[in-house]
Amino acid sequence: MQKIKTIDLVKRYKNLTAVDKLNLEIYHGELFSLLGVNGAGKTTTIKMLTCITKPSDGDAFVDGHSIVNEPEKVKQLIGVSPQETAVAPNLSVRENLELICGIHSFSKERTKAQIKELSKQFTLESVLNRKAGKLSGGYKRRVSIAMALISEPEILFLDEPTLGLDVIARHELWDEIRSLKGKTTIILTTHYMEEAEALSDRIGIMKDGKLLATGTVEELKENTGTTDFESAFLSVVKEGTK
Amino acid sequence: MRMLTFAKRNLKEILRDPINLIFGLGFPLILLLLLSAIQANIPVNLFEIDTLTPGITVFGLSFITLFSATLVAKDRESALLQRLYTTPLTGFDFILGYMLPLLPVAVGQTVVCYLFAIPLGLTVSINIFYAIIGIVPMVIFNIALGLLCGSILGVKQVGSICGALLTNLSAWLSGVWFDLKLVEGFLEELAGVLPFVHAVETEKALFSGNYELAFGHILPILLYSVFITVASVFFFLRQMKKQ
Repeated sequence: MQKIKTIDLVKRYKNLTAVDKLNLEIYHGELFSLLGVNGAGKTTTIKMLTCITKPSDGDAFVDGHSIVNEPEKVKQLIGVSPQETAVAPNLSVRENLELICGIHSFSKERTKAQIKELSKQFTLESVLNRKAGKLSGGYKRRVSIAMALISEPEILFLDEPTLGLDVIARHELWDEIRSLKGKTTIILTTHYMEEAEALSDRIGIMKDGKLLATGTVEELKENTGTTDFESAFLSVVKEGTK
Repeated sequence: MRMLTFAKRNLKEILRDPINLIFGLGFPLILLLLLSAIQANIPVNLFEIDTLTPGITVFGLSFITLFSATLVAKDRESALLQRLYTTPLTGFDFILGYMLPLLPVAVGQTVVCYLFAIPLGLTVSINIFYAIIGIVPMVIFNIALGLLCGSILGVKQVGSICGALLTNLSAWLSGVWFDLKLVEGFLEELAGVLPFVHAVETEKALFSGNYELAFGHILPILLYSVFITVASVFFFLRQMKKQ
């Protein structure tokens, strides 16, 4: 079942075309990674799909709802963890989670149950009463993802979720993300090839605002005649440059 | 409900920042104490507690602008707003959510200033209550100005513009520290155009029971409040769209 479909999606900033006629389909329950170097248009794509910014042209449908004409309906379906850690620093972890529950008009009972479940899932129990601004980078990222998930979104957007994290924190977060697969449709942006390879069901490779290739890791390797994913990525990107 | 949840978060962010408490509450009280001590040794009409306190309450509001602007600018820079823009919160929820929690904080600051001045010799009468009510339009002006600055400036710029420029404007062009007639000419005329001196005169007039005089001074403040509120809503929504 199709969860996201973009049709000739374009975003222009003055003379720069950040996303150029993007046509993409993402299916229910899959983890789809947008992979590309800095400036490829990954974050701009996420910003359009999450209704933060309006497309200059084209449209996208999130669970059948247009991001141009029905942004309020789209916002009810999604959870977003932005690239930078987006937590309220002077609020405790619990209060940060309560904030999102309140914004989604959850009852007290539902809020309590959600916080209990997510703090267990993301091992946040020990830091629930600590100020979010005082936590380590890894914990802040976990809180950020838990905040994105607490509204039980059908679609979760993770923009560079492990950026700036050390190896251990990164692998721990990968485990958390893997545990979500199948239940929630996840769109993840990354410029780490090993991250895309380790987590994704399918990968879309972007460069200069264009989607150059999509497929599973095996499909991308096969189509480029390479034996490892890094070579496949380089081959796609170099071919796209020609 | 959504807006109140957001407003509650903003109130917590403001009250949990020790710098806010030190500047917002501590500084005006220290000034009251210090200037009263000077007045005790070198009597100056301007620093008599009944004249000084209404002026200090208005000066203290410039810190409310700083809090409001810093909170909005920090949220914009930290990507928290970006996250919240993807939730069902509307532009109206954001604007009210930022403005509402500062209203009790600012009025509370005024109440504390008047209460603190009582042991220093402030005349106690019902007029204190009227002066507290009368400061509300200036409170709205200061909060809206903060929202406006936070929508167009970064955290560092907010510190310079609201922290330094505005507090100085509010201090020097309000007639709290010296009689503006002493700087007759351009500065006196400029002070008359800006709302600060009118706010101080409104407070003084209400405190002394001269309601007619207060009415004359409150009108320009109301006009400024409406204008700055409309401008702040416009610029906040504009930066929201720009995201």
